[in-house]
Amino acid sequence: MKNESIKILQKRKKAILELWMKNQLAEEGLRDDLMNNEDLRVQSEELLDALLNNLSDDTVGDAESSQFDTVTDILAGISVSRARQGFSPRETGVYVFSLKDALLETLQQEIKDPVILYAQSLKISKLIDSFGIVTFETFIKGREEVILRQTDEIAEISTPVIRVWDGILALPIIGTLDSSRTQIVMENLLQEIVESGSSIAILDISGVPAVDSLVAQHLIKTVSATRLMGAECIISGIRPEIAQTVVHLGIDLSQIITKASLASALRTAYTMLQLEVVKKRRFEKENA
Amino acid sequence: MEKIPILRMGPFLLVTIQVDLYDRLAENLESDLVQMVSKTGAQGVLIDISAVSIIDSFMGRIIGNIASMSKIMDAETVVVGMQPAVAITLIELGLPLKGVHCALNVERGMELLRSRIALTDGTPDDDADTE
Amino acid sequence: MTMLTLNKDTMAVVKEQDVVPLRNRVKEYATKIGMGLVNQTKLITAASELVRNMLKYAKGGKVFIEVVSKGRENGIRLVFEDKGPGISDVALAMKDGYSTGKSLGLGLPGARRLVSEFDIQSTPGKGTTVTVIKWKNG
Repeated sequence: MKNESIKILQKRKKAILELWMKNQLAEEGLRDDLMNNEDLRVQSEELLDALLNNLSDDTVGDAESSQFDTVTDILAGISVSRARQGFSPRETGVYVFSLKDALLETLQQEIKDPVILYAQSLKISKLIDSFGIVTFETFIKGREEVILRQTDEIAEISTPVIRVWDGILALPIIGTLDSSRTQIVMENLLQEIVESGSSIAILDISGVPAVDSLVAQHLIKTVSATRLMGAECIISGIRPEIAQTVVHLGIDLSQIITKASLASALRTAYTMLQLEVVKKRRFEKENA
Repeated sequence: MEKIPILRMGPFLLVTIQVDLYDRLAENLESDLVQMVSKTGAQGVLIDISAVSIIDSFMGRIIGNIASMSKIMDAETVVVGMQPAVAITLIELGLPLKGVHCALNVERGMELLRSRIALTDGTPDDDADTE
Repeated sequence: MTMLTLNKDTMAVVKEQDVVPLRNRVKEYATKIGMGLVNQTKLITAASELVRNMLKYAKGGKVFIEVVSKGRENGIRLVFEDKGPGISDVALAMKDGYSTGKSLGLGLPGARRLVSEFDIQSTPGKGTTVTVIKWKNG
């Protein structure tokens, strides 16, 4: 008896595909702007083939069976590519669930005994639901990969080390300074110190929204590491709010050279390197 | 037995650590160096660690010891060429090597030593005048 | 999430000269999984601290080196197992600056700061097992 329903489905593959396509095309949210109907049909047929070919008494109750590996692979491929193409998770979900409708409709046409029909429908329904979950999982995974890649990119571009003068580096920090960010800042800064042979680094925190004791600790760490390399580190861009919180929290920054602005930090750096910035004489004369 | 060579360069002693130190070697270096400071009356000690890939708390302590011992014998210690990864690790470990002066390379280390010696002696630095 | 062990190695550490080969072996494994230089240095330094403790207090022991993977992350797990006197107050031993020897007392707490995951089990009279994991990007 059981075998029968599977045979029915396998026999009526063509009809199921037609039904499924009809369901999909009837769906209001069909994104023919993202994928044309021809591609959709090819994709759907491939999936249906894989599903029906591997459907048997043993596997119908177990979506995680290794025989369904091709099905899950195809589904994973579909949801990842759809995530990239800009489909919403609902649209991808509807795609899989509309197959269920087609399968159940076909069973209904063929099986007359309501008890058997119910039992079989339930099994198919469960199976497709599990595949639906697989799509969601891979869909989210696909998104997560995008997010992770962007996080890496942000971390990479958000910590530029600038050579402002021979021997002076500046590092503007924009955004929150957490421990993983501090790691990147430290690594980039120390590497650049070695490469450029700089002896002064200016860490500008104008773009850091808030300084709490943890952020302060990260700053102190960065300064200490810079000193171990044999360079001095100046922290600039201390806004009044930051000064207030630092003192209220009882954070000790007295071992660190701090300046209100990047300009004054640069002036300090010049002094430390015994450099002097003067106006051109000629210019002075003309003005006199 | 393996030994870390200590070179004499004018008023300074130069030690270049090229191998990963195991404990005995590091302890020997400590005593050899202090002996040398006393024997030569060196005013400064330069320790080049640019080839060292790992400094743990034991090595850190040896370096700190050398600096403190030299200090009471009136010699300054400068550690030069620390690798970025080593510096970050030392900070995370909780060992900022307080009291040890650091410089980017041997040349900068020499400059630092000269300026510090001039500072403590209160006498004008000869080299600085000729520059 | 489940953790998989992909590769395993054991080394016995009984004398001071075993420390450098151990470090090299750890480095080999860390390089194999593509760990960055800074994280490698942290892991090897932590290993150095722990193995030093083992030599000092338990006269040596065994070190297991494993490549582990959890989800998309790969990492190195090191297990330091000794049959030494054990630690009677683990919480105290984990405090910065505490030492029964004449060291800086940075060994255990310092090692913990350098790795991603840290676990210590100790029974006085039986021995101590320290397990650390450093994730490739952690």
